Amino acid sequence: MIAGVCTATGQVAKCHGNVNAVLTIDRAIVDAILAHARRDHPDEACGVVAGPIDSDVPTRHIPMDNAARSMTFYEFDSMEHLRVWREMDDLDEEPVVIYHSHTATEAYPSRTDVSFAGEPNAHYLLVSTREPDSEEIRSFRIVDGVVTEEEVNIVDATVKA
Amino acid sequence: MAIEVRIPTILRSYTGGAKIVEGAGDTLTELIDDLDTRHSGLKGRLITPEGGLHRFVNIYVNDEDVRFLGALDAKVKDGDSITILPAVAGGALGFAAAAALLGGL
Repeated sequence: MIAGVCTATGQVAKCHGNVNAVLTIDRAIVDAILAHARRDHPDEACGVVAGPIDSDVPTRHIPMDNAARSMTFYEFDSMEHLRVWREMDDLDEEPVVIYHSHTATEAYPSRTDVSFAGEPNAHYLLVSTREPDSEEIRSFRIVDGVVTEEEVNIVDATVKA
Repeated sequence: MAIEVRIPTILRSYTGGAKIVEGAGDTLTELIDDLDTRHSGLKGRLITPEGGLHRFVNIYVNDEDVRFLGALDAKVKDGDSITILPAVAGGALGFAAAAALLGGL
């Protein structure tokens, strides 16, 4: 068990002013993330969902290359990372969701995930593709090494067609 | 003229919330030393106790990853724009195994 797991509301309230302990995300985006994870299985898949700064609404799905091409590790390619982060900056967006898949284990942040988590405002979405017929989708805040699970609220049509 | 340095959210606690700060130096090491005089603690988040570039951050000089430019020895000059981004990485692999694979975290 990871040290420092805490209950949702208190920690989030302490760490963030404008964050709810829930990730609300459009079904079309979730479907695209799951398709990406299935496509790259058994390697881990990773990516971002950008949204307007301070909106907490993920609107633009950006699948990223896993430069590690590994079944147990993922890493953004550093040049693609810079390009995508600049693009978000130009569009007044931020990474609302950072996602990756675990392909043989549960959708819970590993110690490695916690060590690397460097975007305190992002929802860290994990997908497990270990079962061929069903997916596990869970979301977390990871701030200063503290993992806080939050609800995933999948909705229809928050994204404009 | 100075060197502009873009600071990611997670490190803005060292810059009083500033997104962009300025510094000086001929190499990345000198620039980071200079920044640390005004933004104490920043250096420790970028450079390991062993003196290498931290695995948890990517640093770019203009459009290039400094790992391809000599890392901490990368040359910098007035007018350059430096971008610091937290590396996005992780995965199911245990931390010790990841550290071994990556040559130390």
